[in-house]
Amino acid sequence: MSDFLKIEGLKAQIDADGTPKEILKGLDLTIPKGEVHAIMGPNGSGKSTLSYVLAGREDYEVTGGSAHFKGQDLLELEPEERAALGVFLAFQSPVELPGVNNANFLRTAVNAVRKARGEEELDAVSFLKLAREETSRLSMSGEMLKRAVNVGFSGGEKKRNEVLQMRLLKPSLAILDETDSGLDIDALRIVAEGVNSLRGPDFSSLVITHHQRLLEYIVPDRVHVMAHGRIIHSGGPEVATLLEKQGYKQFLEAAA
Amino acid sequence: MPAVSETREAVEKLAKSNYEWGFETNVEMDLAPKGLNEDIVRLISARKKEPQWMLDWRLKAFRAWQDMSEPDWAKIKHPPIDYQDAHYFAQPKKKSGPKSLDEVDPELLRTYEKLGIPLHEQEMLAGVEGAGQKTPVAVDAVFDSVSVATTFRKTLAEAGVIFCPISEAIIEHPELVKKYLGTVVPVADNFFSALNSAVFTDGSFVYVPKGVRCPMELSTYFRINARNTGQFERTLIIAEDQATVSYLEGCTAPQRDENQLHAAVVELVAMEDAFIKYSTVQNWYPGDENGKGGIYNFVTKRGICKGDRARISWTQVETGSAITWKYPSCILAGKGSVGEFYSVAVTNGRQQADTGTKMIHLAPDTRSTIVAKTISAGQSDSTYRGLVRMQPKARNGRNFTQCDSLLIGDQCGAHTVPYIESRNMSARIEHEATTSKISEDQLFYCRSRGFSEEEAVGLIVNGFCREVLKELPMEFAVEAQKLLQISLEGSVG
Ligand SMILES: Nc1ncnc2c1ncn2[C@@H]1O[C@H](COP(=O)(O)OP(=O)(O)O)[C@@H](O)[C@H]1O
Ligand SMILES: [Mg+2]
Repeated sequence: MSDFLKIEGLKAQIDADGTPKEILKGLDLTIPKGEVHAIMGPNGSGKSTLSYVLAGREDYEVTGGSAHFKGQDLLELEPEERAALGVFLAFQSPVELPGVNNANFLRTAVNAVRKARGEEELDAVSFLKLAREETSRLSMSGEMLKRAVNVGFSGGEKKRNEVLQMRLLKPSLAILDETDSGLDIDALRIVAEGVNSLRGPDFSSLVITHHQRLLEYIVPDRVHVMAHGRIIHSGGPEVATLLEKQGYKQFLEAAA
Repeated sequence: MPAVSETREAVEKLAKSNYEWGFETNVEMDLAPKGLNEDIVRLISARKKEPQWMLDWRLKAFRAWQDMSEPDWAKIKHPPIDYQDAHYFAQPKKKSGPKSLDEVDPELLRTYEKLGIPLHEQEMLAGVEGAGQKTPVAVDAVFDSVSVATTFRKTLAEAGVIFCPISEAIIEHPELVKKYLGTVVPVADNFFSALNSAVFTDGSFVYVPKGVRCPMELSTYFRINARNTGQFERTLIIAEDQATVSYLEGCTAPQRDENQLHAAVVELVAMEDAFIKYSTVQNWYPGDENGKGGIYNFVTKRGICKGDRARISWTQVETGSAITWKYPSCILAGKGSVGEFYSVAVTNGRQQADTGTKMIHLAPDTRSTIVAKTISAGQSDSTYRGLVRMQPKARNGRNFTQCDSLLIGDQCGAHTVPYIESRNMSARIEHEATTSKISEDQLFYCRSRGFSEEEAVGLIVNGFCREVLKELPMEFAVEAQKLLQISLEGSVG
């Protein structure tokens, strides 16, 4: 049972102004336990859609195929149940929650998943200690904990806040949707380190990116090329280098 | 299906679950016959053993009321109220006034327990010394029309503060009551204030002498308990020069099948450099899923900053009632005086709220701030109605108004009706208004972090109300958040 995440023939569509638009068109992907896989693909190929469908966003309708995680039918679960099971999505565009204190949000989230996982809830003091450790590890200012969730955060701050949430929620499957975009090289290193230090036999990750640069810091076990709602090629880390040099063209032609 | 419509369905289902605090206690009642006439007014006055001047005052109010009709300008609808089909006096039967809590009907104490009165307050109610390190809270509990328990009278008396049922003040401190009663809200101010003046049965009286900072938060819990008994509380708070007082009012009500009228009058008087903070958490029974049986809440609340630099601050969290008609207002008569209004109004199911404030600037350098948050869900309808008036003498008057509406689902309504009257070139009035919806993005973001849909909505709504909630005294902030969550459980879609 080393297949941790198993996606078979996954099809999903969205209602685009009344007409259904198919975005995922029979996608297959398997991530074994403890592995980090990367997905690269042109804009509009459906990468974010895949991440949303895995996290349980309801406006995407699954019309075929399956997705199992830890042997459970993922598609049957509510988003919060998936979170409890260990699925975490770092959003490409993190959402602002006006007036909701970040520290409070984080603590409530952490305790919600801890409770659902049958773990003991953290009191305010031990949570704050943990949160301070993690913010300084990510070179975030402690001020960020006092502000409203993502409100007025810079692009880079929002991404770091996602990584902070990931580290606090301790997922077993972290999906990072273009977490590197908008980050300078120092921030990129810090974020990569934030992911790498979680790597281990119980942590798998799906890293969605446009740039090979991130994969120099988070070295993936496998790289998948996605186009038109499907995985059209899979290989080792060398695929990323190849893509960076030659673009998607050859893969698209080979798949056609 | 999009999450929001699904939430709405879930919520509509939940709305049908019973009103959490809808229960009735079983205390024997002394009821006046149904109906309203001069004899009933005389009976109330007699039962209260009131002096002649008070009875005369009531009768004057009653006669004025007879010539008035219900206001019709608010954006609310309800079947006609039959004022003759209610009891105007109800009192739990008791041998004589309780000397201590031991003498208080245990049924009443259990009621407080069910109401979820915070433990430390219950302890204080029970007279436990040194309970908690927080600012102590004095609870003058109004059970139906009669105050049955007053604690901390002694500490307050030592500071010179008078805090007692108004019926007692009428007898013990007639000079103060005579001097101020009806001076902020005149007897014939409006239909409901005239009614209240004729038949009020109880309420609170607070007098804070010159230079005294009231040593504790004052808190009153109101509760309707008798079937078909209109509630007519009368509250009068006076803060002399440099005096400071914070008053907390909160209420929940038991489930009913007939609409109940609630028409309170609150008057505040702040003298030079005085500060009165008045906080309310209102959770009267809103009615069943068809809006049947809820409380009609027609309240007149007004404060006057009489002295220079006086300050009055109203904070309200309104979650209950079938109909809310309420405009806590400030008359800024003292130079440099300050009026504030912070409000959260939540409507759900078929609730209707028409609420807001009036800031009347009479003197130079007066300032007012209005922050009104309106949350509408279900098929409810909510209106913010506010008046800012700068009189010619209000040189350099300032007002800032912010009205934000949050809609949940697409069957509810929110309206903002600001009236601005400036008769003065140097006055500055700023008004900001926003309307938003809880977005799919926000809900999904929270749920992907482990929150249930309801928790997510609660979180977002509490965030939306933050600027108001932070104005509440600590004692109330937690309760208010809980209340929002509870009303969301049954109300947000
Ligand atoms: N809510 C939506 N309504 C209409 N089209 C959408 C919606 N979400 C995504 N799409 C379309 O689906 C396709 C895939 O989008 P996305 O998953 O964001 O791709 P990627 O992340 O790979 O750039 C794009 O053509 C995009 O325009
Ligand atoms: Mg994308």
